[in-house]
Amino acid sequence: MTPVTPPAALAPRQDRKAQWLLIGLAVALTLFIVVVPLLYILWRALSEGLAVFAQNILAPDTLHAIWLTSAVAIVTLPVNLCVGIAAAWLIARFTFPGRKALLTIIELPFSISPIIAGVCYLLLYGRQGLLGPALAAADIKILFALPGIVLVTLFVTGPFVAREVLPLMQAQGSEQEQAALTLGASGWQIFRRVTLPNIRWALLYGAVLATARAVGEFGAVSVVSGAIRGQTMTLPLQIELLFNDLNVVGAFAAASTLTLIALVVLVLKTLIEARTR
Amino acid sequence: MSMAAITAAQAGRQRRVLPGFGLTMGLTLTYVGIIVLLPVIALVLKGAEIGPVRFWAIVTAPRTLAALQLTITAAALAAAFNAAYGLLMAWVLVRYRFPGRRLLDAMMDIPFALPTAVAGLSLTALFSENGWYGQFLAPAGFPVVYTIWGVAIAMSFTSIPFVVRTVQPILEDMDRSQEEAARTLGATPLQIFVRVIFPAILPSFLVGTTIAFARSLGEFGAVIFIAGNLPMKTEIASLLAVIRLEEYDYNGAAAIALTLVAIAMVLLVLSNWLQSRLTRRRVPA
Repeated sequence: MTPVTPPAALAPRQDRKAQWLLIGLAVALTLFIVVVPLLYILWRALSEGLAVFAQNILAPDTLHAIWLTSAVAIVTLPVNLCVGIAAAWLIARFTFPGRKALLTIIELPFSISPIIAGVCYLLLYGRQGLLGPALAAADIKILFALPGIVLVTLFVTGPFVAREVLPLMQAQGSEQEQAALTLGASGWQIFRRVTLPNIRWALLYGAVLATARAVGEFGAVSVVSGAIRGQTMTLPLQIELLFNDLNVVGAFAAASTLTLIALVVLVLKTLIEARTR
Repeated sequence: MSMAAITAAQAGRQRRVLPGFGLTMGLTLTYVGIIVLLPVIALVLKGAEIGPVRFWAIVTAPRTLAALQLTITAAALAAAFNAAYGLLMAWVLVRYRFPGRRLLDAMMDIPFALPTAVAGLSLTALFSENGWYGQFLAPAGFPVVYTIWGVAIAMSFTSIPFVVRTVQPILEDMDRSQEEAARTLGATPLQIFVRVIFPAILPSFLVGTTIAFARSLGEFGAVIFIAGNLPMKTEIASLLAVIRLEEYDYNGAAAIALTLVAIAMVLLVLSNWLQSRLTRRRVPA
């Protein structure tokens, strides 16, 4: 009787060589195209010393951009949370005609590029736009001001929360909620005591992704902001402005703040994934 | 069939049982109506107003055609790069164990986490003639900044995660008994990959590559830093749409935007079709 050779023993030295070659190639490529571009931002921002860095960050226009970006993130987050939970609950817990179509529309912003979203908003609210003349007559300013930036950011970040929460709600089913209902719990009690604890990590994950996107959105916001210096420049727009002004160190200083936010997002993502696995 | 019927019946009962139908429906419809549908309708109405003849004239104008051609070519280059790189990364991350593997895995999310304008700024500085990379590439007759290669590199960076993250889970869940059977029958590692593994991951690989291509077509923030945006040369289509808006040429902007949306929708349908067709063929009825 010939013993059956286990497959592992069949892997010759050549295989090991190929393996290390592929790993080496993967690591080298990733270093060049992902890691270096990331670290380069921090390096360039600090290349002329902390004093210059602080001076660039504390420049009035950059400070204002940081404030505006924070304001946009703070306004959009609660809307995204409420609508994301509502949409997930609606799609996961009820059947009604047009349910699939509604889900497609909710996820539509993911297949429309942000710059097109910006164009849509301009065609709606712009001077010759669909609602433009009526809004101008009522003296309501949406474009080239905070409302326009917030609305277009909501368009771009809208699907994030629902996309994380919905699959979880569908997978968990509604037995627990129905049990709570038969025990006499009110709708609000069911949500707070049963649904929310079940979805909290997915909700947090969606909120992190949506906020990261709100802070970093460039294309959509650049169309509706009007790029008024010191007024409607969010942080990503300010980076472009500084770059075009040939203030490269200033651009990198502004970019470094967004890079730090991105790194925090990555750490949070890893922590949440470890938590839910 | 019976399963679906039961689920539908259960769900039908739930409508009456669980609270919140009216509230969540109201919130969702209000949001979708104001934030998503109204602006999209504005674009479609504007497009309809232009009329087919003028629409065609705008889209086939030399500057528009040049922009579309540049955008599609650069996006195809970026998708080709990401197909190869993404497949390599998925393979290495799933099949091999080595120190730093989890860190390398986490690196794959950087292009999504990093704002596109930040990525564009960094890549432009690195690839410019006196930058870390450009100082070697430019003298070698390979200028990147202000060329189609720069556009393709920026597009590649922002769409890196798509192929990796669609192929990775399929590779992880793959049943390895077929591979082992092929090995005991004397197949070489390359034969095993080409004949056994690749056909199994092909659907997800194609879907990931299609999404990467679609995303590259729409990329803006990273590209405009590195492209130089010279009309007829390195001007991408979405930038041309914005330029038309700034010139108050709303028709021009709407026509270009609708063309880009149409291409994106075709790609979306294609990727869904690929997925369903290839999955069906693989699973015996």
